[in-house]
Amino acid sequence: MNALSLPTDASDPLAPALERARSLAEDLDLATVRAWKTAHPGALAVGYMPIYAPRPLFEALGTLPVGVFGGGDQLDIIRGDSYFQSYICHIPRSTLELALSHRLDVLDAMVFPSICDVIRNLGGMWQMLFPDRYAAYLDLPQNFDAARGGVFYVAEMSRIADELTRRGARPLTAEALNRAIRDENERRATLQQLDEVRRIEPWRLRASEAYLLLRAGAVLSALDHTELVRRFLDGARLRQPRAYDNVRVVVRGAFCEQPPIALIRTLEASGCDIVDDDFQLGLRFIDAPIAEDTQEPLRALADAYLRHGTATASRYIANEVKGDALIARVRATEAEGVIFCAASFCDPALLDQPMLEAALDRANIPHTALKYAENTGQFQVIREQAGAFSDAVKLWGSAA
Amino acid sequence: MNIDITTVNSAPRADAEAAKDASQVRQKQMIADHYEQLSRAREDGRKVVYTFVPGNLTELIRSLGLLPVLPEINALQSGMRKLSGNYIAEAEKLGHSEDVCTYVKCDIGMMKSGNVGPTGMRIPEPDLLLLSYTGCFTFMKWFELLREEYKCPVVMLHVPYQGDGEITPAMRDYVVRQLRDVVVPALERVAGHALDMDDLARRLDLSRQAENDLVAVWEAARHRPSPIDGYFGGVYYIGPIFSAFRGTEDAVDYYRLLRTEVEHRIAQKLGPMTPDGPSSEERYRLVVEGPPNWTSFNDFWRMFSREGATVVSSTYTRVGGLYDTGFRHDSRNPFESLADYCLGCYTNLNLPMRTALLERYIREYQADGFLINSVKSCNSFSAGQLLMLRELERRTGVPGGFIESDLVDPRYFGKANIENRVQSYLQMLEARKNKVTA
Repeated sequence: MNALSLPTDASDPLAPALERARSLAEDLDLATVRAWKTAHPGALAVGYMPIYAPRPLFEALGTLPVGVFGGGDQLDIIRGDSYFQSYICHIPRSTLELALSHRLDVLDAMVFPSICDVIRNLGGMWQMLFPDRYAAYLDLPQNFDAARGGVFYVAEMSRIADELTRRGARPLTAEALNRAIRDENERRATLQQLDEVRRIEPWRLRASEAYLLLRAGAVLSALDHTELVRRFLDGARLRQPRAYDNVRVVVRGAFCEQPPIALIRTLEASGCDIVDDDFQLGLRFIDAPIAEDTQEPLRALADAYLRHGTATASRYIANEVKGDALIARVRATEAEGVIFCAASFCDPALLDQPMLEAALDRANIPHTALKYAENTGQFQVIREQAGAFSDAVKLWGSAA
Repeated sequence: MNIDITTVNSAPRADAEAAKDASQVRQKQMIADHYEQLSRAREDGRKVVYTFVPGNLTELIRSLGLLPVLPEINALQSGMRKLSGNYIAEAEKLGHSEDVCTYVKCDIGMMKSGNVGPTGMRIPEPDLLLLSYTGCFTFMKWFELLREEYKCPVVMLHVPYQGDGEITPAMRDYVVRQLRDVVVPALERVAGHALDMDDLARRLDLSRQAENDLVAVWEAARHRPSPIDGYFGGVYYIGPIFSAFRGTEDAVDYYRLLRTEVEHRIAQKLGPMTPDGPSSEERYRLVVEGPPNWTSFNDFWRMFSREGATVVSSTYTRVGGLYDTGFRHDSRNPFESLADYCLGCYTNLNLPMRTALLERYIREYQADGFLINSVKSCNSFSAGQLLMLRELERRTGVPGGFIESDLVDPRYFGKANIENRVQSYLQMLEARKNKVTA
């Protein structure tokens, strides 16, 4: 069985959409992107690293934004390891491996959003290793005032857009960007419906299945992804699944390097219904609609980032109370506990975790923590830990 | 992130030398006075601002009559005083991951243990955390963590990274707007009075004077023998200007004195001071990338000095300000100048720029080799260093060495292992020299 494949059941109304999502999610050779470029002669494909990149901007330029999440557990690392010390997380190794093995040759540019020092420096490595390809660092503002951070972010996006245009992308127009924003809003609204299904009936659509759908979105345009999400929703609504007496949990910390899907399934098999998570956070990073049909759509994109960006570890918490956003999600999803699930050596997640744990303690919300690498292959310990956690929450309402 | 600095108790001990250089004595007194002021800050009614070394705004802080505290320096001093291991253990017991920056954990452990500084006096709690987000993501998390502990206000200065190899007008404008509209008002609120722009301009002029002399000290290493060690000795030279003293008369006097001493050493054809006294022979000239280890600092230094290896230039000594590429603070454009300072710190340069700077140092200082000390704690420095190593060897033909340690976690300083590597590397340089001579 392939690393991402699920047990298939021909009678499952979700099976066709699930199979489509799986094939897209495991497409490390980016065949889908190649096909898109063939269908759009002259158009560029723009890769981007986690967490968040302004996808509507790239779509408005006539390019295909492609989320790059590393090689997961499907890729043997042959050369990537030789570029990083043992104490660096795994995603830059496998991402570099993908590039050095020419799997990313189809990408005309790579964007490295500001998330941590490792991804930032990976951008510099890209510039040195692949000088013929455009590698841009996207500095997301940590000042959330429109007159300061907003102006800067608009300039950042304009700078990158101009460079992409010089390399063959369409010039940016307000009309195209407004259209791309509408498409993105549509996708976001549809994904929200999916989240709602997971919240109300998590057994109808498991987190491991939703994960594949989100991952598929990394290589699709907003319109194509929305269509797939709708098929998913239709299939999920037709299902007649069994309800399980599981514990409802929120998972946090996996916003960049992704856990192996087997790890997500392990959590599920351990008695946890994951009703909210930050896997591949980017597509859900903006938690409200972007203003549509404005005179200055770049500013609308910037405002959405400033005002509606998710409180995650790489984003400075200025006036809010640390942990409040997580507690709000726990309450909104009626979760009974939180599992911190961070990649080893992930500075943002691991530095954030003690503050979030303290906030949960104050709110009497049980939590546990585990670490992984994207190529982790042993899950017994995780199964036992998650199982003990879910049992404790079920029996006593706490992890104690 | 990392940073350096001089300590009161562990200035480079010249065991073989009875008298310290006058500049050393001067610096020691400056630092002792500063910690004394900090210890009396509450009774004297003075306010305290915690901030970071790269992108520090000491002139602004001083102009408002505030006292700066630099937690990185507290952490490295704890390392040199052999206290960091226990502080880190304390933080890990509290739930901080073994994977993350040990400066952060050392600082938190020190705070939980009473916040006693290097002179044995308690460091006051902050009235404000000035979060200068320059070149290191961890800074942001560090002050988020401290805010949870101290329950004090934080003001953020987001300094964009030179990811694409330049300072754009938008980047400079963004920093200037934050300085004017956010940082200065926050500092003024703490100080209780308005910023005196004339005093700020005066301090920026003082900064420029000290920077001129510091650059002269760095460039003295072009001589043979080099009169300075630009890494192990260099971390002492940057003490005043990277910490609480930039923009003060004290700093101007210190760097003038240091420059005079270095010029004297050039005239006398003397090598640098080492932990064992004056260097007797310059056998190898090295450039070093990366921060030093602080827990075994003198042991680490001796691995080089006893083999006649002098570090003629280093990048770590540029993290709090990169002056030898031309930047100087400018009183005519105070905020723009402060912005350019922050934007230009070494760790705010992208990997191609860092590599180019190292290449320049290797060539200009006629280095026989270059060494990378890769520290586990600091991804800002470490991620990408193996590529830098390959690229520098390719460009210069000069062989590179690579060792791994940590800033202040003694568990990651394997003395025998590191010594073996250093010796093997220096033997390789020796063999290479002999081959060239033959």
